Amino acid sequence: MRYFRVFLTLALLAAPVLAGAQPQPSPDEFQPISQVPVEEQIPAINLVAAAYALVWLALLGYVWSLGRRLQKTESELTRLEAKDR
Amino acid sequence: MTTAVKVQLGLAAAMFAAAPWVINAAPYEATMGLVYKIYFFHMPSAWMFLLGAIVAGVASGRFLFGKRQASDATAVAAAELAVVFGLLALVTGPLWARKAWGVWWVWDARLTSSLLVFLIFVAYLLLRRFGGPGADKLSAGLALFGMANVPFIYVSVNYWRTLHPKTSVVPTLPVSMGIPLWFCVFAFLLLFLALLSLRATLERQRARVDALYLSLDEA
Amino acid sequence: MTAFLRVAALVVRKDLTVEVRSLEVVATTLFFAVTVVLIFAFGFVREGLAVEGVAAAILWITVAFSGTLALGRTFERERQADTLRALLLAPADRPAIYAGKLAGMLLLMALVEAVLVPLIGLLFQAPILAAPLRLAALLAAGTLGFAAIGTLFAAMLVRARSRDVLLPVLLYPMTVPVMIAGVRGTAALFQAEPDLDLAQFWTALLVFFDAVFVTLALWTFEPLMTD
Repeated sequence: MRYFRVFLTLALLAAPVLAGAQPQPSPDEFQPISQVPVEEQIPAINLVAAAYALVWLALLGYVWSLGRRLQKTESELTRLEAKDR
Repeated sequence: MTTAVKVQLGLAAAMFAAAPWVINAAPYEATMGLVYKIYFFHMPSAWMFLLGAIVAGVASGRFLFGKRQASDATAVAAAELAVVFGLLALVTGPLWARKAWGVWWVWDARLTSSLLVFLIFVAYLLLRRFGGPGADKLSAGLALFGMANVPFIYVSVNYWRTLHPKTSVVPTLPVSMGIPLWFCVFAFLLLFLALLSLRATLERQRARVDALYLSLDEA
Repeated sequence: MTAFLRVAALVVRKDLTVEVRSLEVVATTLFFAVTVVLIFAFGFVREGLAVEGVAAAILWITVAFSGTLALGRTFERERQADTLRALLLAPADRPAIYAGKLAGMLLLMALVEAVLVPLIGLLFQAPILAAPLRLAALLAAGTLGFAAIGTLFAAMLVRARSRDVLLPVLLYPMTVPVMIAGVRGTAALFQAEPDLDLAQFWTALLVFFDAVFVTLALWTFEPLMTD
């Protein structure tokens, strides 16, 4: 256990240096919408619809695949248990 | 499937069905416009992603040090869910960013660190799938290291780059906006819990199938 | 503690003896590192001049690549003769065996870096002598973090299938903090005006990282390597 303590001490030594440093403000904070050229703008409703459709599809797909996998192992299990007996 | 899981799944499905109306009723946000409504699905996904990562890490630790076989099934389930919800968060994020920041992808701190943690859990599933015998233990070590790595990834990427709207937005949202948000979080959480126990059941059944094959071979 | 150090030293001596006889890992890794630097040079040198600020990135990426190669080779040798199993069967502290393996890896990577750093200074006009001690500290801390995770992962992958692909797949996402800290810290030192405070911050982050992951690796090596 002793060598753990050596590393913990090291960690504690490094901590104040980390705490003392502050992140420097990055030059490019928030880019407002107006900077995008008009022809490149996408109507918000399309993006929202796409996002929701994707979430729905992905979750339904996952539930479906999980159900299928469960069914498969279930049937295999009953088959094997019958064989085992 | 136990009754509790059925109830959770049914309730989650009902809440998900009702979600569009609840979100639609949320007030229009002036500075960001309509597109902020992606947030109602984006943030719960991101939270479930983090929850999955934490559950996988803790369960892996219990499996590795406590020798609990049941924890291994929980760890796999949580890791797979972390990948699913992480993917959702990573896909819905850029859709929002396209409108708000004008680009699909920015090397923002939270986005980048989410991507990295997501990659660690994808690596977990790859190891699980292609690692061969003994992969359960190895992947448990990986999940444990991955969980310990989250703060480091976050700090290092944060100092490297910063652009994300602060998390502190949530408590200051007006109540009329907060209710739909918590509604969605709760729906996602219910779904997460139901899927977690289902996926863990699957893993345990697979272990039983393997054990049965072994005993049949010996007979 | 003395028993721990003795076992670790014995493991290092064993590895060194094997390596000195063939020089297999050292020679191939060194050559590989030089090749990687050259490939980067063809990508980043335009009209006889390197793109500004790439030296730090090339240094760390080369360290990561050659480190992965060395890890793979070192443990492949252990696997072929099944000596890792023998090592683990020895009545010795498991964490001590890990520490010995890690120390051997660090020696090897230090040797590679001793060639790599002057080479990059030469080829990319990087001011490697602007703050040599700080650069050495940064390299040492970063290498320890990379090797600590790498040694554990390579050791546990010895028995896995498709281990040669899985090692970088697992190792690179995990060591991204080391890469970021190393590259940013080195870039701060390679500036025309070295930013010593920034380099110190990144070194401190790396020391913190090392402390957490060396502890975690010593701690998990035992359950991970037990059947």
